[in-house]
Amino acid sequence: MTRDPARDADDAAQEPARDAMPAVDARLLVRDEGIRGYVGEFWRKTRSGELGSLPVVIAVIIIWTVFGSLNSTFLSAQNLSDLSQQIVGTGMIAVGIVFVLLLGEIDLSVGSVSGLCAAIFAVLNVLNGMNEWLALLVAVLGGAAVGLIQGFFFAKVGVPAFVVTLAGNLAWNGLMLQILGSSGTVNIPADSIVAEIYSTIYHSPAAAYVAAAVGVGLFLVASLLDAARRRAARVPSRPVAEIVLRTVVIAAIAFVTAYILNQYQGLPLALLIFLIVLVVLDFVLRRTTYGRKVFAVGGNSEGARRAGISVPVVRMTVFSIAGAMAAVGGLFLAGQIQSASQTSGGGNLLMNVIAAAVIGGTSLFGGRGSVWSALLGALVIGSIQSGMNIMGVSNAVQFMITGSVLLAAVVVDSLSRRSQKAAGRA
Amino acid sequence: MPQEPVLTLRGISKRFGAVQALSGFDLEVHPGEVVALVGDNGAGKSTAVKAIAGVNPPDEGVIEWQGRTVAIGRPHDAQNLGIATVYQDLALCDNLDVVGNLFLGRELRRFGVLDEVRMDQRSRELLDTLSIRIPSVRIPVASLSGGQRQTVAIARSLIGDPKVVILDEPTAALGVEQTAEVLDLVERLRDRGLGTILVSHNMVDVMAVADRIAVMRLGRNNGFFDRRSTTTEEIISAITGASDSAVTRRQARKREEER
Repeated sequence: MTRDPARDADDAAQEPARDAMPAVDARLLVRDEGIRGYVGEFWRKTRSGELGSLPVVIAVIIIWTVFGSLNSTFLSAQNLSDLSQQIVGTGMIAVGIVFVLLLGEIDLSVGSVSGLCAAIFAVLNVLNGMNEWLALLVAVLGGAAVGLIQGFFFAKVGVPAFVVTLAGNLAWNGLMLQILGSSGTVNIPADSIVAEIYSTIYHSPAAAYVAAAVGVGLFLVASLLDAARRRAARVPSRPVAEIVLRTVVIAAIAFVTAYILNQYQGLPLALLIFLIVLVVLDFVLRRTTYGRKVFAVGGNSEGARRAGISVPVVRMTVFSIAGAMAAVGGLFLAGQIQSASQTSGGGNLLMNVIAAAVIGGTSLFGGRGSVWSALLGALVIGSIQSGMNIMGVSNAVQFMITGSVLLAAVVVDSLSRRSQKAAGRA
Repeated sequence: MPQEPVLTLRGISKRFGAVQALSGFDLEVHPGEVVALVGDNGAGKSTAVKAIAGVNPPDEGVIEWQGRTVAIGRPHDAQNLGIATVYQDLALCDNLDVVGNLFLGRELRRFGVLDEVRMDQRSRELLDTLSIRIPSVRIPVASLSGGQRQTVAIARSLIGDPKVVILDEPTAALGVEQTAEVLDLVERLRDRGLGTILVSHNMVDVMAVADRIAVMRLGRNNGFFDRRSTTTEEIISAITGASDSAVTRRQARKREEER
């Protein structure tokens, strides 16, 4: 912050007056009221490198424009509907990665864990006839347990998370091959719960609109109640104009999405579940003490420890959440292809989920990010793959392009962190 | 002092391997009093602070809290008694805002959910009563200056309503104006009736705010001084352990030259 000597002298002259209003600092950049202040704040943040989800929104627009102009089927209601289902598996796993990235760590085992848990479900339910809900529960708890074990070695034993999960990546893949046994592939029947959750679509047009209306309505009510409580407590609150603006933007996105989905078949259950999971986990991260602890450990683990937070417990539970979300994602992916096989959770899945979390705007350096980056990032990755599939681009080229996009996302993250430091915001 | 001491240390000793870091150390802190703890590097200041804060419990000696003997085995014990420590590295989380840092580890909740409104309100009240000026309670701590961060760290120590605050080198990394702001804050702690232990190397700061000065040398007490009836020279000679030392000789020479 540069200081103006003349203004400092001014300050000194106003000293008694300032004592009467101690909270106001003359150097403070006060935000204007209303929409105008909102826009000004937005530009100031952007310039100082606090990009938020701006790059990824621009990326989606560019990708959709390019593929849409190259091939008209890309922006068809059918393709976009399919896309909204296809991103769920990747997105669910990426949500777990977001939690781990918030700690400033990485989990390289989520691909193998997702395959392992899909295999657990398939073997228990299809081959051994276990109740499907029970098998589902065992698979998800298995993922959580795997994460807890890895978290233990990281948080309690002190092995770098990178190495623990790299070892896990191989070991859990081996366990999956062991469980699948000689057959190698277990087909999941189309009426199995995993396949049904993935493929169910609510055909009634009302379903998508009601879901959109409920989401927007809840957001509006929650914002207004919060603002009212803040005003009653005489602390700064969002102006009503800003709440209305935000609600309008969210409503526009929600209802356009609902309209497009209804143009094809309707609201896919998988997408609905994904959105509910995102809302719940976003709430956990931003509105509970647990979420605050995750951010604190990611920002300064020593500071968190001195504040009385049990850092090992936070770390172990976060890895456990990543394992559980990997299991959930793995089950969606298994439901999508209706089988659990030796290739489940392999290939470029791991790269894609990490890319999704980072592209969505969650920092690799810890302490900054949101679960919504899993949705945005999965949308970018899914759009690129879907577009290239339509164009008939070979796997070789797809890998190179996806790799470049990941690198670009990390570059944006690193540069924005640097300019945030320069602007005193990191 | 008319009032009973809130914290009394008697005969505190601590060994680290072959080093006797503290031997027979005594200290008294009264409510509404600033006690400066001074001494050269390795004199045992940090060891003494860590013994009080529960980071390194002492081997021998008695700690009395409001007249009652207590055992401080871990940092939590000290916090529960009402001893707050602000370490030199502040231990703030850069990515959290001021409110998040102030309430870290003891967030206010409402129906199990973070009560941001009340935390916001209480942060403002606390910062106002301490006359701390920061741009906003909702900006990340990363964007604050060194002095502002120090004041936030001190304010954070007050959230739990402590009776004794330990400040470890609060002005070591600060500029002139920021140092003055922190010293103002130390005086406000005294006005609120808190006992303050100020660990510092800076004689100017110590003479500016301390009521009493406890000098340490080689792990032992080397005299208590009342600030109003002592001089910087006297304290420095106690720190160095001799009225004839490199520091006093230099000062004497300077005085000669000035004349």
